[in-house]
Amino acid sequence: MIARRIGWVALLAAGLVLPRVIYPVLALDILVWGLFATAFDILLGYTGLLSFGHAAFFGTGAYAAALVVVRLGLSFPLNVVCGALAAGLLAVPLMYLGIRRTGIAFAMITLAFAQMVFYVVNEWRSMTGGENGVSGVSRGYLLGWNLQPAAAYYYAAFPLIVLGLLLCWRILRSPFGRVLLAIRENEVRTQSLGYAVNRYKLMATVFSCAVSGLAGGVWAINHGFVALEAVHWTTSGTVIVMVLLGGMATRLGPLVGAALVLLLRDFLSTWTDAWGVVTGVIFIAVILVFRHGIAGSLERLLTPRPEPAGAPAAPAEKIASTLQ
Amino acid sequence: MENVLLQVFNGLINGAFYALLSLGLAVIFGMLRVLNFMHGALYMLGAFGAYLLAAQLGVSFWWAMVIAPLAVATLGVLLERLFLRWLYELDPLYNLLLTFGLTLAIQDAMRLRFGMQGVPYSAPPQLQGAVVVGTMFFPIYRLFVLAFAIIICLTTWWLIERTRAGMVIRASTEKPMLTRALGIDVDRWIPPVFAFGVGLAGLAGVLAAPMRNVSPVMGADLIITTFAIVVIGGMGSILGSVVTGFIVGVIAALGAVYYPPIANTLVFILMALVLLFRPAGLFGSAEAG
Repeated sequence: MIARRIGWVALLAAGLVLPRVIYPVLALDILVWGLFATAFDILLGYTGLLSFGHAAFFGTGAYAAALVVVRLGLSFPLNVVCGALAAGLLAVPLMYLGIRRTGIAFAMITLAFAQMVFYVVNEWRSMTGGENGVSGVSRGYLLGWNLQPAAAYYYAAFPLIVLGLLLCWRILRSPFGRVLLAIRENEVRTQSLGYAVNRYKLMATVFSCAVSGLAGGVWAINHGFVALEAVHWTTSGTVIVMVLLGGMATRLGPLVGAALVLLLRDFLSTWTDAWGVVTGVIFIAVILVFRHGIAGSLERLLTPRPEPAGAPAAPAEKIASTLQ
Repeated sequence: MENVLLQVFNGLINGAFYALLSLGLAVIFGMLRVLNFMHGALYMLGAFGAYLLAAQLGVSFWWAMVIAPLAVATLGVLLERLFLRWLYELDPLYNLLLTFGLTLAIQDAMRLRFGMQGVPYSAPPQLQGAVVVGTMFFPIYRLFVLAFAIIICLTTWWLIERTRAGMVIRASTEKPMLTRALGIDVDRWIPPVFAFGVGLAGLAGVLAAPMRNVSPVMGADLIITTFAIVVIGGMGSILGSVVTGFIVGVIAALGAVYYPPIANTLVFILMALVLLFRPAGLFGSAEAG
């Protein structure tokens, strides 16, 4: 128990010194994508739903946050909250339709809806700037505190990200989270126990999408710029590879995966632009030989057998038993 | 009126590509339970194959239509034997993710080699020109594509419904265990079926080369739209995927007559409507997921 507390304090301290070690924009990107990946893993790891379209919600959050800054002059953190709300609102109709199917079909539907969002963002030039994107997004002030320096914005956004992560983790430990695990393990049985499975799935997906939108909002303000890339399907792929690499259905896996992928990209960008090849190879390697990811493999090494009952030990072989 | 007729024609052409791709997807999905994300990348490789054959070796379009699909099919089987086959026992989502990773790698490698601009490829001399009806103008090459795609779809339907090989494929699609119990080695059929499915994608790529921009990303957007069409048609039926491909192509083209910006999004709106009123798809059975 004490060791665990020390671990969390160390993690928090690491978060606080991170912008002194690497440049602050990248440091915040790691936290943003960590939060995005954590929200995504609520669906993939804990509910057994592979969303192939989370870029739509991350991107909607990013565009909404950037647009309320440019058009309405809203400052942090209200702009980011608008991003989360926009993503959550968009998720309600899309996911209401999406969860009517499971497994492969759910993945295809979310991918298709995300592509629709991409086309809409691309065509709606008067609002989104089309291929030019939204630029000139100022970080602004928070209660008189100038957020223009990247480090200042990092520390302003830090509590918001931590809050988002704690919220995700808390929800997964709640009775609600237990029902999600039950849905992952056996959807039909969960339903026959009297749980309104579809309502739980809808709540879980909308929550996940809203938190993804929050991450997108923080990201947009961090870079002062949003482009079509934010809603492109490659962004959905990036968050998937982060979760797989870090380890799905583990608490810190998504954060570890996000940090590794972003640091690797930053490191490689100095001598190659073959980022797609690298991501593809990581995908293939992880899927073929490393399905539990980093955190999942560590957990298996460290957990004495037999595994404690009820622990969400990553059952990577069955994302969703309901599929078969 | 003539404008509408032209749009129906263009819609049928788009539909022909949707049909060829979703046909290959359906054959592979039926046999392997794999949703092949690579399909778009292999379509792109088919188009580049035609381009490279012409540019490097001076091979004509007609020979490219034979060689490039065979090359794509060979590459497909190679990838299937190297990577996909290890995951058949697991959740099908793993193979979707694996083929997604392969797509990223293939597409980016092609971008590094050929850039994003795209390369030129022209229709064979026999098929240049156009048929003029009144004030309407039908390029001969497009008429050829339409006719050829319909022939391919009918031939595939015949192969699957009327031949012994097709019977085995249908049997192992519907009841793999029972088919094994009857003494048929289902696994032996996986590579040829996969080769056939991705060969169709390669062929579609060759057909697309003279009329679409041959670029590394040409397959990515198309495959996502094709996924939406597969959801609309339902994953169960091969005939359904072909018919849906043509119908959706025409509806999307007609929608664009009345409101041009909707051209790209109409497919997805149709998908939303189908999910609302008939979640299993127009031709689908609920068991396919």
